[in-house]
Formats: sequence, C-alpha cells, structure tokens
Amino acid sequence: MTYKTLLAASACATLLAAGAAHAADNRAALLKAHSGGTLKLTAAAGGGTMDPQINYETKGWELFASVYDGLVSFQKTGGSNSDIVVPDIAEALPKPEDGGKTYTFKIRQGIKFSNGQELTTKDVVASFQRIFKVNNPNAGAWYNSIVGGDACLKEGAAATCTLEGGISADEAAHTVTFHLTAPSAEFFYQLATPFASILPADTAGKDLGTTPPPGTGAYMIASYDPNTMMKLARNPHFKEWDAAAQPQGYVDEIDYAFGMQDEAEVTAVLNGQQDWMFDEKPLDRLGELGSKHKDLVHIQNLLAYYYMPFNVRMAPFDNAKARLAVAYAVDRKAVVNLFGGQNLGSTLCQQLPVGMDGHEPYCPFTKGGSATTTKWTAPDMEKAKQLVKESGTAGAKVTLISSDKQVEKSMAEYLVGVLRQLGYDAQLKAISSNAQFNYIQNTNNKVQVSLTDWFQDYPAPSDFLNVLFSCGAFHEGSDNSINISGYCNKDVDGLISQALATAVTDPKAAVAMWAKIDKRITDDVPDVSLFQPKLVDLVSKRVGNYTFSDQYHTLYSQLWVK
Amino acid sequence: MSDTTILAAAPSGAAVVAPAARGPWANAWHKLRRDRAAMVAATVLVLIALACIAAPIYATQVSGFDPFASNLDAMLNIDGADVAVMQPDEGGLGLNPVAPTWRAQYFLGGDGQGRDVAARLLYGGRSSLIIASGATVLTLGLAGLLGIVAGFFGGAVDTLLSRFLDILWAFPIYLLAISLSIVLINQSIDIGPFSFDSGSLMFPILIIGIIYVPYVARPIRGVVLGLARGDFVLASRALGVPPSRILVRDILPNVMTTLIVFAPLMMALNMLTESALSFLSIGVQPPNASWGTIIEDGQNLIYTRPLVAIAPGLCIVFTVLALNVLGDGVRDALDPRAKLRVGDK
Repeated sequence: MTYKTLLAASACATLLAAGAAHAADNRAALLKAHSGGTLKLTAAAGGGTMDPQINYETKGWELFASVYDGLVSFQKTGGSNSDIVVPDIAEALPKPEDGGKTYTFKIRQGIKFSNGQELTTKDVVASFQRIFKVNNPNAGAWYNSIVGGDACLKEGAAATCTLEGGISADEAAHTVTFHLTAPSAEFFYQLATPFASILPADTAGKDLGTTPPPGTGAYMIASYDPNTMMKLARNPHFKEWDAAAQPQGYVDEIDYAFGMQDEAEVTAVLNGQQDWMFDEKPLDRLGELGSKHKDLVHIQNLLAYYYMPFNVRMAPFDNAKARLAVAYAVDRKAVVNLFGGQNLGSTLCQQLPVGMDGHEPYCPFTKGGSATTTKWTAPDMEKAKQLVKESGTAGAKVTLISSDKQVEKSMAEYLVGVLRQLGYDAQLKAISSNAQFNYIQNTNNKVQVSLTDWFQDYPAPSDFLNVLFSCGAFHEGSDNSINISGYCNKDVDGLISQALATAVTDPKAAVAMWAKIDKRITDDVPDVSLFQPKLVDLVSKRVGNYTFSDQYHTLYSQLWVK
Repeated sequence: MSDTTILAAAPSGAAVVAPAARGPWANAWHKLRRDRAAMVAATVLVLIALACIAAPIYATQVSGFDPFASNLDAMLNIDGADVAVMQPDEGGLGLNPVAPTWRAQYFLGGDGQGRDVAARLLYGGRSSLIIASGATVLTLGLAGLLGIVAGFFGGAVDTLLSRFLDILWAFPIYLLAISLSIVLINQSIDIGPFSFDSGSLMFPILIIGIIYVPYVARPIRGVVLGLARGDFVLASRALGVPPSRILVRDILPNVMTTLIVFAPLMMALNMLTESALSFLSIGVQPPNASWGTIIEDGQNLIYTRPLVAIAPGLCIVFTVLALNVLGDGVRDALDPRAKLRVGDK
C-alpha cells in the first residue's frame, strides 16, 4: 500500500467517523426534540396471537420489530438498507466455520427483558428449542436446518425438543453455537425474523395467545385485547445498544385500537383522531387521498403478491386442468382495478414478484399465451371453459374463502363470478380478517380455494417458493400450515434443496435455479397468482419521520408525534 | 244482478234504493277502498312490484348489461362519447364507478363491480319482496296453526305450545336470526324431492319466517281463547258438532281477519329484517342482490357514489311505509276494534 493510498484511506475513515458522529449527534437532537406523546394506531381487527414465534402476519411483525430482538436483525431503517442484516443481541455477525455449517454468536451483556430479567445464553438456547415446541409455521422449512431440528419435527417429539447437537451455549464465554445440517445462505435472514425472537427461557412452550411474553425491544406490550385495544409502553429496562438493530423510540406510548372499519379509519386519520391505519384504504377514498391529501400518503413498493391458493388435495382442484382453467379465466387487470388501479398493482402470473432475485417474467396463462410468453394481456375464457369440460369438474360446488376486508371481499366477489362463469356452483364465504389467514391453512376446514396475500419475510426467492410450496411447510390439520395449497412435489422439493445449497457457494447460479423452480411451480398451478401490490400508507398530519422498512413495514418506534 | 233492493213500502210512492246487506269481506273491501291513504299505499306497492317483476326486461332490453357479473372493463356510449364504467380517479389512486347517467344505461350509475345499479335495484327488489312475502306466508301459516291449536284445545297442548313459543320469544330477534343465518346460509339442504342450494332465497325465507312465529301466534292464541268461550262455539259444542268442524266453520273465519291484518305489517317487518341480514352478508348471497346487499355494496362507495346506498334505502323506506299504511287500512277495515300491533305481547 502506498503512502498516498494510506493517506486517502485515513481521510475516508476520518470522514466516515465524522459522518457517523454527526448522524449520532443529529439523532440525539431529534430524539430530544421529538420524544414523547402517544402514537395512535388503528386496525379493523386485532393482531391475532402475540406469540412472536407463532404469529405470521404483517400486523404482528410490524409490532414485534419494536418489541422483540433476535440474535440478528434487519436494519431498522427505511429504504433498501432495511434489507441488510445487522447484529442485534449478538455482538457481531459471526463468520461461518466448518464449511458454513457452524456459527458462534457472542451475546451482548447487559440486555434485559421488559420484566427486568437479564438475557443470558440459556434464553437463546431455549428460544430456539421453543420454535419447535410451539410448532412454528416455518420450523419445517427454515429451522430444521439446525442439527436436531428434524428430530423435533417428528410426531410427539416437539414437547421435548432439545435440538441435541444443533445448539449449545457457553455461559462463561457468553456464546451460543449453532450447527447446521448443511451450509445455508439464508440462515442470518431466518434468524432476523420475529420467529427467532429471544424470549425468557421459562416461557411456556405453547401459543401464548393474548398474553405476550417479555421482550427486549424499545417497547413492551402493556395490555392486549384483540377485540378492542393494545397498549404499548416504553420498555423500562431498554437501553439502546445499536440504533441500527433496535433504535430508541420517539413516542412514550403506542395505542393500537381495533374494531374500526376502514372507512372510519381513514376519516379518523384525516381528522387527526388516529395517526396511522393498518388496513388497505377503501376504494372510494383513494381518489380523495391521492388528490387532497398527497402529503399524508406514502406509496411503497412491495415484494409481495396476491394469490388464490387451491387445495390440490381436494375436489375439484385436485384436478390440474381445473386449476389451469381458473388461471386462464381470471382477468388479472380487473383484480388490479378492484385493488385500486394500475398505480397500485401490476398483474402477475408467477410466484416470484418483480424485483425479487430469480424473477424472470413468465406468463403462459394469458390469451394466446405459451411457454415463452412473459406478459399477461387478457383472460382466455374460451380455453378455460374447454379445460373445465376436459376436467369433468363442471357443476362442482366450490366455496372461496376470503377475508371480510372490503377490498379483498370485492376481489373475491369478482373471482366467484369467474368460477361461476366456468360452470362451478361457486359461492363466497368472507370471514373475519382476524381469523381467515389461519383458517385457510387448516386442512380440517376443508377449504377448496381462497384469496390471500404473501409478503416477503426476507429478500430471498426461497421465502416464496420454499415457504409456500415445499412439502415441509405443509402440516395437515394445523393452523400453521403455510403451504396452503398442500402442494407437495418431491421433484420440486429436490430442486429447492439444490438451489438452497448452491446459494451458499454460487449465488448467481442459485438465482437461475430459483427462476426455473418458479416456472415449474407456476406450470403446476397450485395457486393462481393475481398481482403484485403496492402499499398505500396514510399518516396523520402530526406524524413525522415516517420510516418504511422492506421487512417490517412501518417502523412505529421511528414515528414521532411531537 | 243488481246490488240494490227496491223497498216496496216507500213513502210518496217513489222507489227508494237502499244498500244491500254486504258480507263481512265485501264490507271490509268497501271500507278499504274509501281509505285514501291505504289506496295510495296499495298503488305504490303495486307499482314497486310491477317494476321489480320487469327487472329482466330492464336488464336485457334497456340496460344491456348483466347485473350479476362484474363489468370492470365495460364501456358506455354517452352522447357519442365512450365512457369507461370504471374510471381512474384524477388523483391517480383508485377507480370510481360511473356516476348516474340519468339515461337508459347505468341510470343510477355503477357499483364497485361496475354493475348497473338500477338493474340490480330492480332485481334486488324482487328478492326482497319474495323473501318478505314468503316469510310472511310462512309466519302466518305456522303462527295461525300453533295459535289456533293452543287456544282451542287448551290444557297440556296449550301449555306445551305456549312455553315453546315463550322460549323462541326469549331470544333477541336479531341474535336468533343471525345465529340461524350463520349456520344455514352456506348449506345445501335436501328435503324429499326438494333441493335447496346454498344461496337459495328459501333460506332467508325460512329463517325470517320462523323467528317471527311467536309474535303472531301469541295474539292469535288470545283471539282463539276468546272465541272458544263464545256463545256460538258453546252452542256448537252443545249440539255435538265435532271440534274439527267448529275449528273450520267457527274459529278459522274469525281468526282469518286477524291474520290478514297481520299480513302487511309482518311483511314490512320481514323486509326490514331481510335487509338487515343481507347488509350483514348473512341474508341474500352474492351474486344475487337484495336491497340490503345493495346498501352493503353502497357502503363501500358512500363518499364517491352515495346513490348506490341511498337508492335501495329509499326503496325500503317507501315499501315499508306503504305496507304499514296499508296494514293500518286493512286493520281498520277488517277489525276496527283490534289493538293488535306487531310486537305486542
């Protein structure tokens, strides 16, 4: 290294340090100026279970971002930086050892749960065992990569899961070591989701429902009634250790009111009675929001998609031609219009949304479509009817389950019309959005087809393809069977395993493999992909520092109201 | 045949025309015809019914759009200009259904699915009227039977039936209707040769028809109790007339007037109940329409297209008002001393 290079490097380092120091000073000033007050949030329905190792809904994850911490976290900031994994409870991101199969995390000292108890390595080990004890939705798709995970997944083994050989702690050295069955390129991502939140070791190994466990985040859930209200207060034992991982919050309290309908929610936010609303904005208010309240509206790109999962194990959609018929018949543009128009969504025929690694435009289910068609243009009802005829399923009774949210119900009503046009005796059953997502997962409910959405858990194609369509993500008779369609193709599972393994050593090659898997699943039609949405966020006039993370969405802790 | 009688002993030799003795039904009809409010109400009801019967004609010959299918990409031609049924909002977010055109197509505008509200309003009226009248017939039939049996036979039969009605009456009416709807509305039921698919109007008819039975059966029982102690019934019993004959010849005709008085009032009540259930998505099921479901559709457009909710609301108001006015007229005509009101215990 030359003298000049050293000088330049020193200058850069000095500038960076100065920049960081300035940012810290600036942040301290902002915290001083804007701290305090109560942030008022509202949603039509409660947030479901407050067990962070079970809850798999956006509403829950948005909350958990400020309440719980994992060993690592996605950076709690806006923009593309929110996709970056940073150390959280761990002091640093460890380098993989043993060819990528061993990770040793050093645990920060001095972190306390909201009940005052100090976090130890025992809590970390117990939390990972608990993932299996509570039948976490992704235990079989993500965390079984830890040695001993598969044993815990066996029937009757969950309650006594120890992850023998997979996780060990050194209390004196404050380290926790993981041994994986195979190298994983997504291990840090999976540790950064709320599923891997670190909870006190004595937390019961069952769904905690409306009694949230203590967390280490900036806020704690002080009370929760899913029918009326949740209150969050500052965690009295929280001391910011890294603003990128778990930043200090601005507001003193967060009140989350449930039960208001979306129309009323919009009015309440515009009137300043509420500060932010969770639900989709009703169609008849979008125009008003876009023209009169542009300053309060934030439109966010999402790596997400709306889709109709078929139950491929139940008539009539156990018949591939019947599924294909629906894929051809749906007017995706119409569905986008019902969602809010072309500015809020774009048609999609495959599982991987635009912007996700592995997305190669592919749309055979369009008028005149073929294996090389990349864009949806129009439905092909003629072909669809022919396919229904060939399948011999015409006249079958079909019930489509949607949530009772206005926008989704409206889309579902259209889709039921399409099913009727195809000759099915179709009807719509709209159930509470509080329950619908878990209801459609449970095979005991005999759901034939439903309407739902999927938002990325982390920025990797496996989060769509492995999570939603692998055999390991299907659990018969469980509310946590995220493979809603029950699709299980051993060949596809093999390809998924290969892609996951390849990603460790050759990420580019893995991306190409994911693209192939995406096409393969699209061709098997376990679901009908409808469109990729954008999110319209609405805040009240008094809200400042709006921050949207790709992973956690709106970061409540970073909003201020003073 | 003349409806008059020439009185032979008329003074000053002139023939005097006196009204012939009318039967009770003719007398009631005569009184009803003289009740102008009731006649206006009846006319309104007939007009509404005719308009609803003509729904298919309107949909096919005038509107030209299927009122049960989404028309999200449909185009209209208004004054030579092509207009999209679903129009992007100027603000760039969202789409709005076409506003009332006040022309043949989309006279009252479109709904959230791009359907012609006017056509759906007429179809919705058919459903609402069919359900209200079907449920009324069912209520009156069941209530009449139970009330007559309980009141006439008395004793253990009366006690049993009355307690059964009390139990039914003890449930909050909407809670009972909602509970039944949630259980039944998505079912398919086969009763002998009859098969009722989910979404059939028979389900709301059954649910609404049953929940109001106690409200009519109790007053009918009271009427029958009084009649059963009447001199003419006692005389019949003394003469050895069989109970079945007493029921048919003496009791039923006297109860019939009360049932007829109840009919329009019950129909009004049933219409309101049907609208409420449909508004809650547990009455008429999509893509069928009733005035209640259209209000529910309109609820989602209340800021941009308020007429979608207001129009069926007005239809319900006018129909129920007309039924209540007609009901009062019928009561005055048939049974002016009656103090019966729906909901009286």
